[in-house]
Amino acid sequence: MKNRWLVLENKIFVRWLSFVSILTMILLLIFFITLTVSSWPAIKANGIGFLWGKTWDPVANHFGMLPFLAGTIITSFLSLLISIPFSIAAALFLGEYFPKGAITDIFRNAIEILAAIPTVVYGFWGLYTIAPLVGKFELKMHMPAPGVGILTASIVLSIMLIPYSVSLMRQVISMTPTTLKEAAYALGSTRSEVITRIILPSNISGISAGFLLSLGRALGETMAVTILIGNSPELPRNIFSPAYTMASVIANEFTEAIGDVYLSSLIEIGLMLFIITTIINLLGRLVIKKISYSL
Amino acid sequence: MGELPITFFKFNINTQNRIYMKTTKSKIIAALLVISVGFTSCTGGGDKNNPEDRQLLGAGSTFVYPLYSKMFSEYGKLDSIQTNYQSIGSGGGIKQIMNKTVDFGASDAYLSDDQLSKAPATLVEFPTCVGAVVLSYNLPGNPTLKVTPDIIAGIYLRTITKWNDDKIRAENPDAQLPDEDITVVHRSDGSGTSFIWTDYLSKISSDWQSKVGKGTSVNWPDGELGGKGNEGVAGVIKQTPGAVGYIELAYAIENNMPFAQVKNSAGNYITPSLESASLCANGDIPADTRISITNSNVDQAYPIASFTWIILYKEQKYGDRSKDKVTNLLKELWWMVHDGQQYAKPLTYAPLPPKAVAADEAILKSVTFDGQPVLQNP
Repeated sequence: MKNRWLVLENKIFVRWLSFVSILTMILLLIFFITLTVSSWPAIKANGIGFLWGKTWDPVANHFGMLPFLAGTIITSFLSLLISIPFSIAAALFLGEYFPKGAITDIFRNAIEILAAIPTVVYGFWGLYTIAPLVGKFELKMHMPAPGVGILTASIVLSIMLIPYSVSLMRQVISMTPTTLKEAAYALGSTRSEVITRIILPSNISGISAGFLLSLGRALGETMAVTILIGNSPELPRNIFSPAYTMASVIANEFTEAIGDVYLSSLIEIGLMLFIITTIINLLGRLVIKKISYSL
Repeated sequence: MGELPITFFKFNINTQNRIYMKTTKSKIIAALLVISVGFTSCTGGGDKNNPEDRQLLGAGSTFVYPLYSKMFSEYGKLDSIQTNYQSIGSGGGIKQIMNKTVDFGASDAYLSDDQLSKAPATLVEFPTCVGAVVLSYNLPGNPTLKVTPDIIAGIYLRTITKWNDDKIRAENPDAQLPDEDITVVHRSDGSGTSFIWTDYLSKISSDWQSKVGKGTSVNWPDGELGGKGNEGVAGVIKQTPGAVGYIELAYAIENNMPFAQVKNSAGNYITPSLESASLCANGDIPADTRISITNSNVDQAYPIASFTWIILYKEQKYGDRSKDKVTNLLKELWWMVHDGQQYAKPLTYAPLPPKAVAADEAILKSVTFDGQPVLQNP
């Protein structure tokens, strides 16, 4: 009797699991289809030129997304680049040097709290602290000095990315087989050699996954970037220039977008962001695979 | 049952709690109403107390949200009408009234001919208050600048790029104007504020009209910065020496930001204020109230101001709406343009001038239910 119940319970559990996972897939598909359908009027009106058009003119109903695409890619990769040394250092500190202890707990919690701060708070903090610093630097370099722009947005964004990569990387680093490390020490390696020759290479796929996760976060970040990037739809000339991202233009203009093609064009940007995020994710996975095989 | 919130209220004289208590109280009243209606409908009478008829739904402009929320809360006290206003933006408000999912929409721009022709039935719109936009800046000593339409257009078209430009110096001989680049800031989020600003620029500059045009979002000339919301624009202005940007008058007053006097079309330099903005609307208003009042020719009017509108159907019998509900709606709207106007100034909105109120009255009286005017003797 009890046995039969257990069998039934197991069956229900498996059914439920498969149902939920299939549902997630279907949701993603529905999401894609809805976006495509709603952006259809814009796809028809704007044509393929939407992808490399440089003007965004809601008054004349002329839409191109290149400046937004450029802004999104540049801020995402720049912020990732800035965050890499900090994330790796923090992950090594927590995963290798001090995996246990009260101070580690405090430190780890502090990093995780970074992820819990609302992004609008990051945005305004950046506007009132980072932007004036960048502005002072620009003034010294004899450039126009508004303070807001790609660099400011990327610096603040990189701080927001750290908890995402650190939490994943810390775990994989702490799980490095002790035998490997001890073997290296036995051969006379120093600690830094163990880290650079053993820990980092053997965890390269986990570390890259951490970066990929934070890159996805950077591509979609809206509020903080909108406040800091200067919202200027032109192709950036340097990293101090104001720019615009895809997520920002949607957030900025969606509420007041009057007119079918205009609204639909904003949805088309959403669709493109969806596709680009998917492509970058797939490419990232490919790269990770390649790297892990070659090592 | 009603005692508890009232005693609680006495201990907390704090607005937040008052609003909270008000809603709990009205929720209790609403619950009681539901119960009583349940009873009366059993006995077969009393359509009149149908709680559905006392709940109105509106959506639209975020710009007037603080004012409407105050007005609806005050009116609710007078007539126990619950008005749920969703500040989803003018575009959303227009879409919702087009789809007939709200009783009224609210927009910072009047409907275009194209939009009116696309509506499923005849729409009417009327202004409820006046909003003004000011030019704020960050200069050493924060002098009160005097600007002409030429200067404003020059700055925003990027033909004037330095603070010590001759045109600015000629109007402000006493001000210390640095040899600095002007950093131009605009609102990046689609907004009624941008609409008023670009509408004004389109009127005073043919270059602007042909190169950029007017709208809630436009294709700004290269090299200008966008800030999100009034707070975003104000933030960049405060942080950046030599920055200039436009913000709502209300926001500028509340945050002590400096703003420029603007030369109006009558040739007078006008300090932006609720009074001078109100005057902007005191010109001739067409019967359908679809008029842009920027660059008004009224003698002492501040020229960068605009109405914000409420939109509703002229024939109110659609869907399953009852006559009681429609009467409640129109009485409330009537109140908004009359007694309700007293709440505008404390919240730094400019109230409607007499000519605009007269135009509103005519429009509200023209609204019908099943062909019959609803408000005969309001």
